[in-house]
Amino acid sequence: MSYREAIVAAQRDALRSDDRVFLMGEDIGLAGGPFKTTDGLQEEFGPSRVRDTPISEQAFVGAAMGMALTGYRPIVELMFSDFMGVCFDQIVNSIAKHRFMQGGTLELPLVIRAIGGGGVRFGAQHSQTGEGWLLPVPGLKVYSSASPNEAYNLLLAAVYDPNPVVVIEHKLLFSRKGPVERLAGEPPLVDGPKQLRVGKDITIVASLGMVERIEAASSELEQTGISAELFDLRAIRPFEPKLIVESVQKTKRLLVVEENHSLGGWGGELVAVVARQALNDLATPPERITLPDWPMPYSPALEDAAMPSVDAIVTRARVMVEGRRS
Amino acid sequence: MLLIRCFEDKVHEAFQKNLVFGTTHLCQGQEAVSAGALECLRDDDMLTYTYRGHGQVIARGMDPEDAFAEIFGRDSGCSRGLGGSMHLADLSLGLLGSFAIVGAGLPVAVGAAISAQLNERGQVAMTFFGDGSTNIGTFHESMNLAAVWKLPIVFICENNLYGEYSPILLTTPFEDLAKRAIAYDMPSDIVDGNDVVAVYEAVLRATDRARAGGGPTFVECKTYRQRGHSRSDPAKYRPDDELESWLKRDPIARCEAVLKTLDGFDASGIERIKLSVENLIDEAFESAASAPWPEVRDLSFAALRQD
Ligand SMILES: Cc1ncc(C[n+]2csc(CCOP(=O)(O)OP(=O)(O)O)c2C)c(N)n1
Ligand SMILES: [Mg+2]
Repeated sequence: MSYREAIVAAQRDALRSDDRVFLMGEDIGLAGGPFKTTDGLQEEFGPSRVRDTPISEQAFVGAAMGMALTGYRPIVELMFSDFMGVCFDQIVNSIAKHRFMQGGTLELPLVIRAIGGGGVRFGAQHSQTGEGWLLPVPGLKVYSSASPNEAYNLLLAAVYDPNPVVVIEHKLLFSRKGPVERLAGEPPLVDGPKQLRVGKDITIVASLGMVERIEAASSELEQTGISAELFDLRAIRPFEPKLIVESVQKTKRLLVVEENHSLGGWGGELVAVVARQALNDLATPPERITLPDWPMPYSPALEDAAMPSVDAIVTRARVMVEGRRS
Repeated sequence: MLLIRCFEDKVHEAFQKNLVFGTTHLCQGQEAVSAGALECLRDDDMLTYTYRGHGQVIARGMDPEDAFAEIFGRDSGCSRGLGGSMHLADLSLGLLGSFAIVGAGLPVAVGAAISAQLNERGQVAMTFFGDGSTNIGTFHESMNLAAVWKLPIVFICENNLYGEYSPILLTTPFEDLAKRAIAYDMPSDIVDGNDVVAVYEAVLRATDRARAGGGPTFVECKTYRQRGHSRSDPAKYRPDDELESWLKRDPIARCEAVLKTLDGFDASGIERIKLSVENLIDEAFESAASAPWPEVRDLSFAALRQD
């Protein structure tokens, strides 16, 4: 199943199994989604449950909160993560804080699907992941899907979560294929990072579109005799670094690859946790590969240079591992 | 109008030749709005517009070569290849910016109008946006601010009947968006946006009012985009015959037909203009297509001034 199909399937399964599930977003109904991530859903469930909205992100994201407070489980699509900027107040001031301000007594089962990321020449206002924006916001769960399986299961987990969840999807991955595990009945559980590969020389962690790059890099590293242990972070919030810390204690090296700026990316926190809990195990300082500290440029070579590349990952990992050997 | 049409047709061709990256939003069919409205502006006036803003930029006088080069991601582009098709701008021409977030350009034009009001030079700000943009918050806040402060600004709504793939009535309670202005006690006009003279006359009333201290005006231009929303959109969602009927009202053909009825009309003159526009665009295209790429380097200077 492709990543795109997995997103559709998760929403279809949720709509089928629970009458409270409801979809809204721009062009998600008649057109099946600007990226076809709701393809066929309006046909199957009708225009009342799968609704096209006006270009009114503040109103429909805010309305999702109102629905969640009154018995429904809305899923809203933000065609680009960048548009979180438009409805940021709803997300960080209303949705994220409401339960807390009511004494922790209520549930807000809503999902915001945000399609993010660079690499497709969409320029500075249509290429951000949005992960970093949500990092300092207690009261939200934030998941990043890196494969068809995660696209399906993280999204379903989000739908059944009693809390508001932002699920970030990457537009570079839509055609990525892979197996999808579909549990019958029980909603999937998300517990922290997912180990993708066992290794002994270095721990490499990524999220979203960078996961396939660390996978590609690990194959190249294998050929030079370096065995990398790989993790897909999956959940930005809650942030659960335990597995990664244990891995670093074993491999003695940590390389973080993320499509965020260095200042404000989750890798900073990961490195801090590792420094606190595994400093004496480290053979070499932890390293990060991030976006440079400027917005995404349009021109192809400039964008490619900004995105963490497989080559850059391989090179950095080799220096970290072989630097000690020599 | 011919210049804009020729430019956009070339961008389309360039897309097929892989010279344009990511996406692009063309305005064929809407040329009369840009051509008519910008004719009303002085050199020191200012405007904001959207990702579908090539028409405004060309009508304002940006060298087509600089625009092509930007769309092709070249170093000689108006934004040095950093912005792309959705972000053509040049402050020295009063082209304050092209915004890819719907509604983002309106408050910026309001700000330019505040400056104009303060400096008392009689400048006017203008902002272009689509029908779909009248559903976003910034539209309403900007209209209100402009009205209460009586700002010298003209809101130009290019009502092309669709926001992306959604027909207007799916997302908006009525088709005559000029009704929006009533809520802000703002004068408004509805014009045939495919009639360049009608656009010019309506917008001129608006800019005259603004310069005279009469405050903002909302001008709704009824028009149609002859292509899909963006390069990946074949526009299959349009009813049969809709495109055909609008092609019959093509702004350029209509203008030509009107010219033909005038005394002393010189048919060969039109042909000469067409030829020279085509040559100019061809040359601009060729130079831009062979212009050097930007060097891969530290771009902090572009994010923030360093000195
Ligand atoms: C805040 C925001 N939401 C959604 C989009 C995606 N989007 C780009 S253009 C567009 C339609 C805009 O329609 P309209 O204002 O009528 O302008 P047109 O494209 O027809 O010129 C949408 C929804 C966006 N760019 N910004
Ligand atoms: Mg429109």
